[in-house]
Amino acid sequence: MRLTQDTEPGPPAASAPISAAFQEAFLRGGGIQPHWERLLGDFEQFGPQERLRRFESAGRIVREQGITYNVYGDDRGMERPWELDPLPMLLSAAEWAQIERGLIQRATLLNAILADCYGPQRLIRSGELPPALLFAQPEFLRALHGVQPPTGVFLNLYAADIGRSPDGQWWVLSDRTQIPTGAGYALANRLVTARVLPEAFREGQVQRLAGFFGKFRETLARLHSRPGAEPRVVLLTPGPYNETYFEQAYIARYLGYSLVEGQDLAVHDRRVFLKTLSGLEPVDVILRRVDDAFCDPLELRNDSILGVPGLVDALRAGNVAVANTLGSGIVQSAAFKAFLPGLCREVLGEELQMPSLATWWCGQEEARRYVLDNLPLLDVRPAFSGGPPAPTELRELRDAIRFAPHRWLAQERVQFSTAPSWEREALRERNVVLRVFLLGTAEGFVVMPGALTRSGFGAGSGGITMQGGGASKDTWVLSDEPVAEVSLLQGSQTPVELRRVGNNLPSRLADNFFWLGRYTERIDAAARVLRAALLRFSPESGGSALQQLLPLLKTLEAQDQIPVGSASMERSVEALEGDFIEALCSTKRPGSLRQLAARVVRLAMLVRDRTSNDVWRALSQLEESVSVEMSAWSAGEAIGLLNRVLLLSASFKGIARENMTRAQGWRFLDMGQRVERAVALCTFLCEALASPDAHNPSQLESVLEVADSTLTYRSRYNLLPNLMAVYDLVLLDDTNPRSLLFQLRQLEKHLTHLPKKGAGALPAPEDRLLIQMLSDLRLLDPRELGAPSADLAASQTARLLGFVLESMPRLSEILAVTHFEHSHISRTSASA
Amino acid sequence: MDYSLIHKTTYEYSEPVSVSHHTARLVPVNDGRQCTSDFTLEISPRPEAVHSRTDYFGNAVSVFVIRELHRSLEVLASCTVSVPELTPPVPSLSPPWVQVAGRFCDPVSPRDTAPYEFCLDSPLVRPAQSLATWARRSFPWETPLLVGVQDLMGRLYREFEFDPVATDVATPLEEVWEKRRGVCQDFAHVALGCLRSLGLPARYVSGYLRTLPPPGQKRMQGADASHAWFSVFCPLNGWVDFDPTNNLMPAEGHITVAVGRDFSDVSPLIGILTGGGEHSVSVAVDVVPAESTSTRARVLWD
Repeated sequence: MRLTQDTEPGPPAASAPISAAFQEAFLRGGGIQPHWERLLGDFEQFGPQERLRRFESAGRIVREQGITYNVYGDDRGMERPWELDPLPMLLSAAEWAQIERGLIQRATLLNAILADCYGPQRLIRSGELPPALLFAQPEFLRALHGVQPPTGVFLNLYAADIGRSPDGQWWVLSDRTQIPTGAGYALANRLVTARVLPEAFREGQVQRLAGFFGKFRETLARLHSRPGAEPRVVLLTPGPYNETYFEQAYIARYLGYSLVEGQDLAVHDRRVFLKTLSGLEPVDVILRRVDDAFCDPLELRNDSILGVPGLVDALRAGNVAVANTLGSGIVQSAAFKAFLPGLCREVLGEELQMPSLATWWCGQEEARRYVLDNLPLLDVRPAFSGGPPAPTELRELRDAIRFAPHRWLAQERVQFSTAPSWEREALRERNVVLRVFLLGTAEGFVVMPGALTRSGFGAGSGGITMQGGGASKDTWVLSDEPVAEVSLLQGSQTPVELRRVGNNLPSRLADNFFWLGRYTERIDAAARVLRAALLRFSPESGGSALQQLLPLLKTLEAQDQIPVGSASMERSVEALEGDFIEALCSTKRPGSLRQLAARVVRLAMLVRDRTSNDVWRALSQLEESVSVEMSAWSAGEAIGLLNRVLLLSASFKGIARENMTRAQGWRFLDMGQRVERAVALCTFLCEALASPDAHNPSQLESVLEVADSTLTYRSRYNLLPNLMAVYDLVLLDDTNPRSLLFQLRQLEKHLTHLPKKGAGALPAPEDRLLIQMLSDLRLLDPRELGAPSADLAASQTARLLGFVLESMPRLSEILAVTHFEHSHISRTSASA
Repeated sequence: MDYSLIHKTTYEYSEPVSVSHHTARLVPVNDGRQCTSDFTLEISPRPEAVHSRTDYFGNAVSVFVIRELHRSLEVLASCTVSVPELTPPVPSLSPPWVQVAGRFCDPVSPRDTAPYEFCLDSPLVRPAQSLATWARRSFPWETPLLVGVQDLMGRLYREFEFDPVATDVATPLEEVWEKRRGVCQDFAHVALGCLRSLGLPARYVSGYLRTLPPPGQKRMQGADASHAWFSVFCPLNGWVDFDPTNNLMPAEGHITVAVGRDFSDVSPLIGILTGGGEHSVSVAVDVVPAESTSTRARVLWD
């Protein structure tokens, strides 16, 4: 049988003028499309001011919700706010029904092709599918051949990018079968748009998305289960540097899945487990956002550090389900498009309902000849992933196609339809492309009644990309009838088992919480020391005033806020001012508040699915407040900034204290804060004790200030700060939440609640260390500091401070070894 | 001839390994001609379990996990293989190469899809115009397929230098091509690249050579470790083996363990470790005629 490509030069040619584009909102002869009337009418009525106000509120909601998109190699910082055009794209019920039918058929077809390629390969043996289309694809994972997913569904989630040509016909531009991204962004867009246009949303009979996600969760839970146990679903992420990490964390939180990285999972006896603080917990279903070739370094790409060794074998043994299953990427190669009409007739016995963008795969002679004859008019691209891009020089391109034709395909350039786009107070026409999502269930495919619409200036087969700077829109599928409110929280008939303990914390997250605690506290401490220094610093200060500043400066030096050697009587006032600017907002100095805040935000990102939006908001505002350029020194401005930092840090702590359940995450966060607070306090006290001005009331004031104990001191002593009384208050007073004793006792309490490995009779190393610090502290007699001739630097107090400073890093290390299984994966391969 | 075969691989790690996952392709094929018996796999420390399966290309794979703290790993495969002597096909009697290449041009007949899979790009071997140009000198228009392949093998043998330190397992084909030196794995990859660039199906073969040559013959390159060569598909004879490192068509001293598109399909032992730090590996292979007493395995340090 001769294989044929059913490609007809399809949508009208690229040379068509932009005015020829189909307009979504307007009729050909003028006038508004009936289903757009309501929305555009509202918009007209708003007037310019109201339009601008609503437009800006959309941007604010995006920032507050932290909806972001990572762009690799972008200098403007990794997290770029999501570009949202708050005017939705609208589709009428009748039109949607047609799209739905076309895409359900397509998903069913692609699923059947996958089942054949990973099974009997009948389509190849019978000549329906050219063998090179499968065998030359890097996406064809031979290790998975013969492994059929549960219920025969390869595409648990499938997405299609569709666009409309000038004649009003919808075309499929590309298929997403491996990791269909964007459903979470569609959900986030809905949240923002419905808040910006509440009237139109409420009264416009817009179909809701929640039902689809509910069904999604239900379907995934049914993919695999152990008898008598609730199935555990995890979302496997490549990590926070991935471009769509926001979406992954968002979906995980929305659906109640643990967000895990490869190193959080382990395969034992062909079963997958999650490593948690209290041991291994079985995993039934993995929703993956890691490319399939990277999912198992043992059987797929050996150089992957994102995967789980043994995962393929667990899949083979039928002990876990992965969605989408590994290897499902093959059919997203555009080369398949040329064969879909024929395959649809062969496999489903039907005509393909929605055409694909005209595509010619050069692996066949006839198509190759057409492509070579029309080269300048077509977009030539590699047919398979991983190949080098097409040469721009036509002669080189021709040679490349002739040498290995199967590596290349060509697509027609298309003019997409346009829809109104909201830009500040006005509307503009922009090209639009829709990404539609389908859920594969055992009973067939279900379409999400909505889409991720991207808008921009786009012609060509590449479509409009978010990386390329397009904007996105919510998509409203209108219903002919009133729509019912659906919520993910209702409708489930299964009785819920009451729980007081959340799902166990993955040990990697415990680690992240611990460091989030340390870094937030480090900012707090640095800001306090810096503020105390600035309040005592003036351009006229010199001599004795500067002398008194030295312990503060030395602390800043020790914490890397100012350069080593700056804390000196010789340092000029101007140089110190420069140091202070750096300490606040340098992007180079590792200890600057700005750098610390950046660390905090990165850590917060890692635990984002475990913390509330308020936590995120407080921390991102904190980062924003120090991300400033300060060219000239202004003490007033700097102090204002520090006040704001301290306020936001306090609000973060308040939210954490009031709103986080006293579970493991909170415990590690608090331990991190306690360790850091103890270190910061002891560092400063060491410097202050060593200073010749240790007794000076003004310097003791600064000790009280840094330890935030001024008010307590005043309420207890009606006199100028006295060395003995001050040190008693900040070291030994266990009713003072800023004292060293308080920190150590909190740590001691936390340690008793941590899961212990082994049940030895002797205290664990971390307990031992803490007991020693605590007993030394309790035995300390602050009266030794009161003796008139006391050598403060050699006192018991100074020695104790030194011991704590030495022990805290060790405690931190022991915690890491015992609770954060930080495992570095390596590989070996014997040579031939 | 019956051989008794021992393949010992030892890893030493600079830091303890807490968990290690391994796949091994160490069982010689049973294909009707070659016959393997009494295969045993001894692993120390002992794994929890060893699973066996057959991979996509028909090779036997053993999968095992070690979950106790260890600083070294020893994998010892041993068996008896019977390899009857084989008369390689007469190259001049094979069909013209253009005719064979023509068969693997679109449309490829469904009955040829199995060999066709070995005409296409694979992870480590990507056909290129430069390889095709070089290879074409061995393939004038009407040249019989196997005559051309034999000539290509000879040129490879003469123009490329055997050099155990120039490359490692991960050296890409382009670099070997540039340096003109390497080991058996690299020689095989260059040959595969050349033949596939002409549109001919060719596959990678991993296996062993007998350690000591029969009396009066030269000792072969690659006899201390596992070896590799390539195989080309001839419509008349099926897959025909060529050993470019030794410039010969194997007759009886070659034992086949696994076949694939390139080395990445047949790695004898792959390990993914948690912990481990730096590692060193030593491989010792001993292939001796079964009737003589086995000599102690020699150790070759990488």
